[in-house]
Amino acid sequence: MHLHKYEKIWLVFGVASLIVFLSIVGVSAFAHNHGPSGGMETIDPKKVNETAPFDKPGVTQLDEDTYQVAIVALAFGYTAPDLKVPVGKEIIFKVTSTDVVHSFTIVDTKVNMMVVPGHITTKSYTFDKPGKYLILCNEYCGAGHHMMYTEIEVY
Amino acid sequence: MIAAQDRKLALWNIAVAYIAFLIGTLTGLLQVFIRNDALKLPSWLDYYQILTAHGVLLALIFTTYFIFGFFITGMSKSLGSFGPKVRLCSWIGFAVTTIGTVLATVMIVSGKASVLYTFYAPLKASGWFYVGLALFVVGTWISSFALVGHYIVWRRRNKGQFSPLFAFMTITTIVMWLISCLGVVATVVFQFIPWAFGWVDTINVELSRSLFWYFGHPLVYFWLLPAYMAWYVIVPKLLGTKVFSDSLARLAFVLFILFSIPVGFHHQLTEPGISEFWKFLQVVLTFMVIIPSLLTAFSMFATFEISGRQKGAKGLFGWFKKLPWKDVRFTSIFIAMAFFIPGGAGGIINASFQLNEIVHNTLWIVGHFHITVGTPVAMTFMGLTFWLIPYLTGRKFSKSMQKLGFIQIFTWTIGMLLMSTSQHILGLLGAPRRTAYSGYNDHPAAQGWFEGLITNHVTMAVGGSILFLSAMILIYIVVMSMFLSPKAIREEDFVEFPMAESDTEHTPKFLENWWIWIGIAFALIIIAYAIPLGGMLDNPGSEGYKTW
Repeated sequence: MHLHKYEKIWLVFGVASLIVFLSIVGVSAFAHNHGPSGGMETIDPKKVNETAPFDKPGVTQLDEDTYQVAIVALAFGYTAPDLKVPVGKEIIFKVTSTDVVHSFTIVDTKVNMMVVPGHITTKSYTFDKPGKYLILCNEYCGAGHHMMYTEIEVY
Repeated sequence: MIAAQDRKLALWNIAVAYIAFLIGTLTGLLQVFIRNDALKLPSWLDYYQILTAHGVLLALIFTTYFIFGFFITGMSKSLGSFGPKVRLCSWIGFAVTTIGTVLATVMIVSGKASVLYTFYAPLKASGWFYVGLALFVVGTWISSFALVGHYIVWRRRNKGQFSPLFAFMTITTIVMWLISCLGVVATVVFQFIPWAFGWVDTINVELSRSLFWYFGHPLVYFWLLPAYMAWYVIVPKLLGTKVFSDSLARLAFVLFILFSIPVGFHHQLTEPGISEFWKFLQVVLTFMVIIPSLLTAFSMFATFEISGRQKGAKGLFGWFKKLPWKDVRFTSIFIAMAFFIPGGAGGIINASFQLNEIVHNTLWIVGHFHITVGTPVAMTFMGLTFWLIPYLTGRKFSKSMQKLGFIQIFTWTIGMLLMSTSQHILGLLGAPRRTAYSGYNDHPAAQGWFEGLITNHVTMAVGGSILFLSAMILIYIVVMSMFLSPKAIREEDFVEFPMAESDTEHTPKFLENWWIWIGIAFALIIIAYAIPLGGMLDNPGSEGYKTW
């Protein structure tokens, strides 16, 4: 197959930048632990309210520098009493759903988690600024989807 | 001109496409006003019903019918008239697809299927909605088999020859479509239909989502490849030159069969149930599609430069001025290509593993697909419409229609620039997609989405209104070209099908050996999907919910 000289240069340049680009993404993901939310834990969607940690949703301190926040998403809200977490500490969010697919999205942060019934989504995040952050559902879940939101206070 | 019966078939497909376009763009107009709180719908109509209709009618119905209208015309032109079996099979395909479309549309309009066009379980629509979807896909398969049959007949009669480039590209697109639809057919037939009719109690949600996205990503290439066909085969003819390189064009297309399917997880990066390794592997495969895109970009600019220099252009960029800017058939497609540059760059951002978190399910994504399918694809189809309908009806495309065509594509460009730019920025500020108006209890972050000059739901509505105006001009052009423009009588009044010559002298034989490409495609699919899908089989099931 004939390739024009300029086309070879163009393709070599393109493929080389592709390799560089993917390497950066890969190193960031696996060496620096910057992956998206996810997790392989499953849960029976009918028994969420009796399964730990979702039997007591809310904030729990795990050790000096780590907090866990357990949230149950359902149409159209989140069962989580009084969300208050400290700035500068690692916060591990664990979210599941008792009905349809939702999201748990904290605006102005990297916390943007899909919440799928039968699964537990996990994301670790450290807030660097105090304030009241808006949490909303950005996956369509029904007629009241746009009314599904709450707040988290970072102190 | 092609056989009258083939023209009729193509025209019916294009007519259904533009009926869907008319209603689909109207529902788009309603949405932009609801989102900035300027419009309240009557109680019998719901925002999410309109949203579902907008997605289904424009992304599925308009595109698919137009694509088949274009394929039928081009296949009849490049391989000769259809035989009676091919024609019958095409009509059956058209009928089945249309029955499916009508069934699904009735379910959406009557409020029994406000599940959006992604129909994520466990939102449970009426079982008939899923039957409609299944019929739609099976109908497109029947139409596809008709075209494949036509191609096989041609190859038997022309042993050892390369098929014309248009036919090759049509078959490539169809092969990709058939393989990708396996996922959506599997989930609809084996998961959704038994569950929606109550034969089984629960559905495996993550498996259904993964099967949907196995189909959902190649779906975007099913829209894009016919636009690429226009860029490769139609544009050189409009410039008065040949296809830049036949072998590179064919290579780019077969690479799309390989790299458009085993990549669906990049739509599921932020969800549970798929391990990081498999997500990342599919991200890598996703990026492979950049290679045929770079080949295409090179071919386009090479074609532009060669034709410009043939017309006497001097200097490094002199050829740019020699392009036929006064020809709406060309200018429309050029604008479409220009939009694809930021569109493709945005796609790289979206698929970039951790970067996806910033934009996933925000208005950024809405902005993204309006400058990919909504302009590069849609405006290429508009550019084809200007000559395709007159070609099929034997009517004139007059100077005044050409002027109207320019107004149409410029208004679309301006409207889309306003709307998609504000959508991209609003998305970066966190505004969610697929969401009716909400003030979020006057939270300052949400109030920010209604302030600012570009970063405003009002700017989005202004853009949307201009787009609707443009859509109505196009509908006028379509109606005129179909029914009302004067018939061409003199030789020079007939509108031609511009199909460029492509020199196959240096094209290697293996490019048209389908078994190689289908074999590699399935091997990649098995590598990318077998283990993660196998691991999903034991997931707990979910009951259905009707939350609207």
